[in-house]
Amino acid sequence: MEAPGQALLSVRDLHASFHTDAGVVKAVDGVSFDLRRGEVLAVVGESGSGKSVTAMSLLGLLPSPPARVSGQVLWKGRDLVGLAEPEMRKVRGAEIAMVFQDPMSSLNPLHTVGRQIAEVVRLHTTSSKRQAWERAIEMMDLVGIPQARRRAKSYPHEFSGGMRQRVMIAIALACDPDLLIADEPTTALDVTIQAQVLELLQETKERTSSAILLITHDLGIVAGMADEVLVMYAGKVVERGPARDVFYRSRHPYTLGLLAALPRVDDEAADNRLRPIEGTPPSLIHVPSGCSFHPRCSFRRLETCSVDEPPLAAHGGEAHRAACHFAEDVVSVAPADLQRSVPSAAAAAPGP
Amino acid sequence: MSAPAAIEPKGGPGPAATAGAEPLLQVRDLVKHFPVRGSLLRKDEVHAVCGVSFDLDRGQTLGLVGESGCGKSTTGRLVLRLLEATSGSVRFDGADVLGASKRELRSMRRRMQMVFQDPFGSLNPRMTVRKIVAEPLRIHGRFRNGGQARVNELIERVGLSVEQASRYPHEFSGGQRQRIGIARALALDPDLLVLDEPVSALDVSIQAGVVNLLEDLQAQLGLTYVFIAHDLSVVRHISDQVAVMYLGRIVERGTRDDVYKRAAHPYTQALLSAVPVPDPDRERARRRLVLKGDVPSPIDPPSGCRFRTRCPKAQEVCATEDPALVNRGQGHPVACHFAEVLDVVNPVPHDRLETRPTP
Amino acid sequence: MAGSILASATAEAGDLAAPALDGGQRDGVLQRVARRPSGVVGLLLTTFVGVVSSFSGWIAPGDPFLLGNPALLPPSGGHRFGTDNLGRDLFRAVVHGMRTSMTVVVWVTVISAVIGITIGAVAGYRAGVVDRALMRVTELFQTIPRFFLALLAMSLFEPTLRTLIIVLGLTSWTLLARVVRAETLSIRTREYVESARAAGGNDVHILVHHVLPNILPTAIVVISLGASRVILLEAGLAFLGLSDQDRMSLGFLINNAQQFLEQAWWMSVFPGVAIVLAVLGINLLADTFNDVLNPLLRREPAGARGSILRMPGGEV
Repeated sequence: MEAPGQALLSVRDLHASFHTDAGVVKAVDGVSFDLRRGEVLAVVGESGSGKSVTAMSLLGLLPSPPARVSGQVLWKGRDLVGLAEPEMRKVRGAEIAMVFQDPMSSLNPLHTVGRQIAEVVRLHTTSSKRQAWERAIEMMDLVGIPQARRRAKSYPHEFSGGMRQRVMIAIALACDPDLLIADEPTTALDVTIQAQVLELLQETKERTSSAILLITHDLGIVAGMADEVLVMYAGKVVERGPARDVFYRSRHPYTLGLLAALPRVDDEAADNRLRPIEGTPPSLIHVPSGCSFHPRCSFRRLETCSVDEPPLAAHGGEAHRAACHFAEDVVSVAPADLQRSVPSAAAAAPGP
Repeated sequence: MSAPAAIEPKGGPGPAATAGAEPLLQVRDLVKHFPVRGSLLRKDEVHAVCGVSFDLDRGQTLGLVGESGCGKSTTGRLVLRLLEATSGSVRFDGADVLGASKRELRSMRRRMQMVFQDPFGSLNPRMTVRKIVAEPLRIHGRFRNGGQARVNELIERVGLSVEQASRYPHEFSGGQRQRIGIARALALDPDLLVLDEPVSALDVSIQAGVVNLLEDLQAQLGLTYVFIAHDLSVVRHISDQVAVMYLGRIVERGTRDDVYKRAAHPYTQALLSAVPVPDPDRERARRRLVLKGDVPSPIDPPSGCRFRTRCPKAQEVCATEDPALVNRGQGHPVACHFAEVLDVVNPVPHDRLETRPTP
Repeated sequence: MAGSILASATAEAGDLAAPALDGGQRDGVLQRVARRPSGVVGLLLTTFVGVVSSFSGWIAPGDPFLLGNPALLPPSGGHRFGTDNLGRDLFRAVVHGMRTSMTVVVWVTVISAVIGITIGAVAGYRAGVVDRALMRVTELFQTIPRFFLALLAMSLFEPTLRTLIIVLGLTSWTLLARVVRAETLSIRTREYVESARAAGGNDVHILVHHVLPNILPTAIVVISLGASRVILLEAGLAFLGLSDQDRMSLGFLINNAQQFLEQAWWMSVFPGVAIVLAVLGINLLADTFNDVLNPLLRREPAGARGSILRMPGGEV
């Protein structure tokens, strides 16, 4: 057990790269963060930002080769990077568990769900077959699967998408992990089912005083769940801080850009224009010089941003950090201000 | 828009003499059953769409929302007759779509086009962008006269450059591919676009650009949209009218404000309350109406009201009597015996971020 | 569970690495065939056989059945492959025999490709009753033993090359039809087909512009594998004397050589080598097509997703 006040998980300067014919893909490039008990840390970013690779590399799940992972992943004070596979397997599933986006492909279609939960229990504990089965039923009950005793004998295809994700969560929680890594856990689900699953995750965390590392592209989910937020772009952390700081006092243009690009269901006016972020994310093989966001940034000053890579520096308190040379300009702008600068549909020039 | 319940569908097909006043699209009691393999003796059917009706005026956008399996995509395809309806009627600019001959349908399709969800699957990987955009023109024999110039114009109109036109789809990003799909749909100068989840596969920063493009095109070309999506935030942003579907039925329909500010169907309310808002204080202050259970099978939908198995308000009458989609005093049609207006999106009006209380 | 973790990790890694795959995709099929040793050999052999048969009249002028040379001459400067028991020049005979083989192969392949692709594409595209009917017909044809049907036809009808070609052509399309049908079944549900329909395209348009170009790679593999078997069939029939008596054939030469195996090895070796070269060339080429064209199909989606990372700018 970690010392009181100490972080459960402490990641320092994590790098993950893939060697391909075209060059080295730097999927994760110097990521650091701390995660304490009872906390929810959300890693947000768009496709290709490196958020999923970050999660995989924590648990040594990247195939090597071609992947190469370096840096420190301190789990209760022990470094997981470079840990031998048998040692790693004791941590994985028992102390740190994972929930994935697609519950169908993560479950074996040939075994009953009860058996699959019980297997994990047997793998990590000394319990008998019978005890493990009872535990499986208990877990299914816990994650809100009705008639757990009967349903434990069902096969994955007999469950709906939401129920399957519950089974995955039951598997993840079966050994009372201290950390749950949830990689886009609700992306494949409908919004009403998503609400159920998120509520379940929240409850579980509170009951077991574990921690959650939530990987998602949905800023709405982050707003509802996260204590701390990590915004990733092109393999790097560009902004990090308490949720309210990141949302209300965004100091990185990318974070601000995401908020201004997002339509909101609670948008009373609903007529303001969305503001897209120009350009597309860069290739992870040829990351732009200086700040990797500068080609798409509306705050950039080329002479600075294309040359110097901004450090992840503290602003307004140690907790809130942003990797931008002009963070103080960014913080004075609200997403709505950005949206106002987009020409309206009626005013848009007719095409050629 | 007047409630379709008040409008009697016209008899046989007729010319669009009253085009100005008449809705561009009139859908009545649309039904689609798909046969599925049951046992030897029993023939099962998926009741995908069950009596959908709506009107859509020229230049307007109808947002068709609901969760997977609610029949919204099927409805879009039925309207364009990409699927044959089991029963019901679709009138486009006064003309009968479902009863049209092959030849009539072909000429109608010039004026009603579709944009697909999957920007990777909807473009033929072996055709260049130029060919993809030109295809509708060729099909309708309009390529010979100035087709090339038209293709260039379309490619530029959707924000791509003509130099990119000789490339293949896999060389483009998701957002760009969706723009190609839009250019292609615009080739024949249509009046109506059915957009099936056009931005769901795209990242947020890219999605915004495509949404803006759709808004611009509508303003410039006077297009009418049926916008099918599961993302209620995008729908609120782009729609004038909104219809909420559940298990093949429209459960609530009205203007955007009717549905988002004065939702009266318990399903609409649950749906809206479940959409997360990218705003920590507001999001945590909201009351979430979490529904129990899953959507029942469309092969054997519940009797009476189809939502009753998950509805917090369900009573005996709901199992026996199917609630009609009519105005019950909420100002817009709602298919619920116990309809009651509730603003679930903004229960407490907030004005400015700074003045909001910290929970 | 661990397996799926790994799978998704590799998938993501694949996405990131996808630009690397892209470079290979740009090259034409021939370039990619030429990068493999088996492809180079196959290409050379097939080209060689093709050139020899096309210019047989120029390479070895004269009637291959012409007698008049001394019998059973071993290979020499005057008769490069020697002469047979009746004093025919074997070099001329082999060259013309290759031409006969290739004529049969080309025509049978064209006929069976047209029938196979048409039936397969129509069955797969229309599905339902049409599909079931066409597939029953295909199965019927599949049960007919090709060799014996050809044998029967050649002895019942006029034993000309045309009869042989028609019989083999009409019976060699079944595998192709089944493969094309399966491919078409999957392609017809793709969104770009629906999109073409939404644009007003009729069935013929969709088949020609969307289905055919996408089934072609698979069809080429099946067709080329079939072609080598046709060479063997033709030679086998000629060996049994059931071929056009006016055309020189490699099978006929080998049959003739049987009685002189000990006196004149050249009578069997040269025609035999000719058959082996033709079959080997086509087989190697088919194999390479299979390697080159199929990964292309599998790889396409990954390359497409990868391009998101690759595209510099351009998004508005």
